[in-house]
Amino acid sequence: MEYTDNDMSDNLLLDVKDLHASIEGKEILKGINLQVRPGEVHAIMGPNGSGKSTLSEVLAGDPAFTVTGGEVDFHGMDLLSLSPEDRSHEGLFLSFQYPVEIPGVSMVNFMRAALNAKRKYFGEDPMSAGDFLKLMRQKRAIVELDNKLASRSVNEGFSGGEKKRNEIFQMAVLEPRLSILDETDSGLDIDALRIVAGGVNKLRSDDNSTIVITHYQRLLDYIKPDFVHILYNGRIVMTGGPELALELEERGYDWIKEAN
Amino acid sequence: MSSLQQYIDLYRDNHEALDRGSAPLLNAMRPAALKALEGARLPDTCDERSQYTSVEQMFAPDYGVNIARVNIPVDIAATFACNLPNLSTLMGIVVNDFFTPTSTLVNRLPQGVIFDSLRKVATEHPDIIEKYLNKIAPQTDSGVALNTLMMQDGVVIYVPQHVELAKPLQLVNIFSSPTPLMAARRLLIILEDGAKADVVVCDHTQDDAQQYLASQVTEISLGRDASLGLYTLEEASLRTSRYAQTYVKQHDNSRLNHHYAALATGVTRNEFTVDLIGEHAESLLTGMAIGMDREHIDCNTAINHRVARCHSNQVFRYVMGGTSEGVFDGGIVVTPEAPYTVAYQSNRNVLATAEARMHSKPRLEIYNDEVKCSHGATIGQLNEEALFYMRSRGIPAAEARVMLMQAFMADVIDTVGLESLRDRLRHLVEMRFSGQAATCRRCSEPTDN
Amino acid sequence: MDKELDKENLDEKPDTSQNKAEHPDDIIHEVTGSEYKYGFTSDIDTDIIPVGLSEDVIRLISAKKEEPEWLLEFRLKAYRKWLTMKMPTWAHLDIPPIDYQAISYFAAPKKKDGPKSMDDVDPELIKTFDKLGIPLEERAALTGMAVDAVMDSVSVKTTHREKLAELGIIFCSFSEAVRDYPDLVKKYLGTVVPPTDNYFAALNSAVFSDGSFVYIPKGVRCPMELSTYFRINAAGTGQFERTLIVADDDSYVSYLEGCTAPMRDENQLHAAIVEIIIEHRAEVKYSTVQNWWAGDKEGKGGIYNFVTKRGLCRGDHSKLSWTQVETGSAITWKYPSTILKGESSVSEFYSVAVTNNYQQADTGTKMIHLGKNSRSTIVSKGISAGHSQNSYRGLVKVAPKATGCRNYTQCDSLLLSSICGAHTFPYIDVLNDSSVVEHEATTSKISEDQIFYCNQRGISTEDAVALIVNGYAKEVMNKLPMEFAVEAQKLLAVTLEGSVG
Repeated sequence: MEYTDNDMSDNLLLDVKDLHASIEGKEILKGINLQVRPGEVHAIMGPNGSGKSTLSEVLAGDPAFTVTGGEVDFHGMDLLSLSPEDRSHEGLFLSFQYPVEIPGVSMVNFMRAALNAKRKYFGEDPMSAGDFLKLMRQKRAIVELDNKLASRSVNEGFSGGEKKRNEIFQMAVLEPRLSILDETDSGLDIDALRIVAGGVNKLRSDDNSTIVITHYQRLLDYIKPDFVHILYNGRIVMTGGPELALELEERGYDWIKEAN
Repeated sequence: MSSLQQYIDLYRDNHEALDRGSAPLLNAMRPAALKALEGARLPDTCDERSQYTSVEQMFAPDYGVNIARVNIPVDIAATFACNLPNLSTLMGIVVNDFFTPTSTLVNRLPQGVIFDSLRKVATEHPDIIEKYLNKIAPQTDSGVALNTLMMQDGVVIYVPQHVELAKPLQLVNIFSSPTPLMAARRLLIILEDGAKADVVVCDHTQDDAQQYLASQVTEISLGRDASLGLYTLEEASLRTSRYAQTYVKQHDNSRLNHHYAALATGVTRNEFTVDLIGEHAESLLTGMAIGMDREHIDCNTAINHRVARCHSNQVFRYVMGGTSEGVFDGGIVVTPEAPYTVAYQSNRNVLATAEARMHSKPRLEIYNDEVKCSHGATIGQLNEEALFYMRSRGIPAAEARVMLMQAFMADVIDTVGLESLRDRLRHLVEMRFSGQAATCRRCSEPTDN
Repeated sequence: MDKELDKENLDEKPDTSQNKAEHPDDIIHEVTGSEYKYGFTSDIDTDIIPVGLSEDVIRLISAKKEEPEWLLEFRLKAYRKWLTMKMPTWAHLDIPPIDYQAISYFAAPKKKDGPKSMDDVDPELIKTFDKLGIPLEERAALTGMAVDAVMDSVSVKTTHREKLAELGIIFCSFSEAVRDYPDLVKKYLGTVVPPTDNYFAALNSAVFSDGSFVYIPKGVRCPMELSTYFRINAAGTGQFERTLIVADDDSYVSYLEGCTAPMRDENQLHAAIVEIIIEHRAEVKYSTVQNWWAGDKEGKGGIYNFVTKRGLCRGDHSKLSWTQVETGSAITWKYPSTILKGESSVSEFYSVAVTNNYQQADTGTKMIHLGKNSRSTIVSKGISAGHSQNSYRGLVKVAPKATGCRNYTQCDSLLLSSICGAHTFPYIDVLNDSSVVEHEATTSKISEDQIFYCNQRGISTEDAVALIVNGYAKEVMNKLPMEFAVEAQKLLAVTLEGSVG
């Protein structure tokens, strides 16, 4: 593989250039530019329908969307050419806004399959059953996920809060380099929010980065962003520091809409 | 000319030899069967109950019948070397239609329990045969009558009152013949009041290249408070045809848990008829079909609620690949005499390839208003959203697909009452979905779980 | 002629005003005060040909209608085929033997020539349709509905023709269409329901007498509801009407069909055909309120209603919606169906079928998906009471090349007595791996808790049943055009009268 855009000097983890994407012929992303360096936390905010979830799903490789233009470099790799599973192996993790229920597939089997697929990708042997269960136990503690949930089918019958905690638990197991949290705060009460955000913060390091997609400032009280971007009508229309989120909270989104 | 005619002619020409190889009690039933076959025909695609499967055509080719009862040796070890590795059963083997008990079966069967050759039981316990054989299946049915006409032997499982079997009984049917062969197989399962048993039946073929046809009639009577778990696994070759008719009568408070798994087959037509004739009887009928190549899998059910306060549930799942064709025709009939009935049915199907076909016909016939009945049927694909979710966690698409197909079958497998059999079924299903031959005899090692 | 005129009912015009809903008591009173309000006969001089069926009879019908040779050939071919066919037995119906030689195949109100204006129409006839609430008089233009009225075998009057003609819309009796638009009729007749399609279709194709013809030209939205009102009047006759609707590209029409018959002890046969052709992006809504005489409480008399209705969504993005409220007939055998041939074509079937006393209904739909990405929805509500038998029978078929298709079927049965039957027979055939078909069915009895709740609030059990059943059927009733909805609501209540003991 050749990496034409590998700008080592700038040490970018993610470099999104003029990304366009559409679904069923309708263009949703109309030229997104975004750069994320290791250790950074970026917040992407914006009104409903601005393309926030689409951006996260396109980065994760959801086949429902068609990329119609632009490129994405992920630590030296052409992200858009990778299958969703290889993006995962390379360290991209999406915490879904609406995690799907998969009846009949137990959480244990699911995580084991995911973890071992990643190990295989990097030429490692599958993890022993004992080590795996130990790991699961250890990671569950991070988000205070009940053991009972882990023995159930993936997301089936989970409450909204349990689903989000389960997402962060999976993030803990897979140890991604870039985590995209898509409206992880939606539908959470304050206690659940604290637990989820606490989990995210425990997993932060200088090497990994986080993109927090949110509608409200609330989550950013717990996960402090370095940069705040405002996505509107398929484009990032404004970028600033944490103060931008506060300003948005005060002035609402109409201000953005009027300006654009 | 109806395909029945060749068997009628065969009988007329050879009835003395046929009778010689059987028991007088069974022979006495043949004239009535012959009469029932006059002008009769086997189900065909012009029949409402058999729109997509022509039994007539299954029986049309010229199969041999082993009337003279020539002994055909079979390498049993090679045929199912690792069958149910973790399940300890009392086993009997039927090669074509010859019954052979294993030594453990002979030595360890509890007092009073019979698991033996029909021919032998007909001589030793004529009372049982007179009371039950051909008393549960309708004698006017052409398939049943043909089976009665041609059967020379069969298997009887008899559990006396209040005897609960600790170990499952296992019946292994094997086809083996140097020439194309038709076998008329018979199974009679009687559980007297309060008796309890688990029975595993599996169908195998010795030689994939040979053509086989099974006419299988099973009659089951469950006494008051009796409980039967019956698990039928079909692991035959693509050249095997099977016409299996199962008739059940359930008395008060009896329980039936019948699971049918079509893991590998050629053309198979299964008719399940359950008559709930005692109050508070419960019937659970489940099935799973994995269709590949040009397999044709047809399940036809009729659960007849004839008295009040019975409970029935049917759950059938099909995953059809290759150019296979699946048929589910599921019936619930609630008679005017059956108030407070609870009857459910669910049939979900996945078409995994462009050429696979599925026909579903869930039927409700309800003649009184004190009922809780529902049915649902879907034909579709694996959940794309779930597939993406799994891939986004790093699980390769092919593996995710297998996991989803297994999950699709999970609730059916979960109904199986024997844990080791459940594990085995999960393994077989996984192998089948992974594109490996899943017939028991080919898997060299037990599962790693 | 029998005269079972119920004076009170005759004077009472069906009220289609909306304010009725505010006074449920009024509806109930009206409902309980009348049994079958359309059970009168009209004293009209009728031209009936002798009973019996033969090639000569068919020639006679054709001659009476002054038909072209090709149509006579069409009839004879169908008749010869019919002679070789057997009555279908697969339906969950107990149909007594029908003596096809004991039926008269043509009955027409006598007339000298066709009515040129309202003045030429027999006043008795106008009175009959007035009783039925069918606005035949042009002054009824206020109702905003164009009506073709079919009495026994012939169409007696079509209203609003001139106004529709300005838009290029053809709405006339079938006989007139044969005379005035032979090319159109010849082009489409029998293309959706071939004369040999089934036993009753063959019979109809041989002996059909009249019916309606509709043609909506390219790009035209029909500005008013078109309606045909069918009435069997003469004794000893059968009715075999034929409806042909063609909606050209980008057109739209909503079409209503209503039917009634007098109360008679004998059974009368009704075997109709409806054919609908829908071109690119066109849409047809076809609504039926079927209220043929259902027979009395002992199951005596009533219409045998054996109908073949089928639409062809021929164009891409074409749409056909069936809505039916079936309350009448002793026996109903009817499956309004759609062939979804065009890509992304859409069809819906919304049905309420109510049976009481000894009525039998075997009704449902067929959705045949041939075009890619075609979609269909089926919502069926069966309500059975008394000794009746009510079956839903439906086929959803997805052809191998019809990729990306979608069907959803919801099929519910409500049982109102312990001796009635409610049955569901769906057939689902999927022949490709990119389509999704879902079927759900439930069977339940009317909730005693709901009835008690109503009772406690002072509503009688019978009224409560009417209320609950109307609520149960609401999803379907909402699909009916306003003019029919109130009428249909009342019909449900009348049909179920005395059904809860």
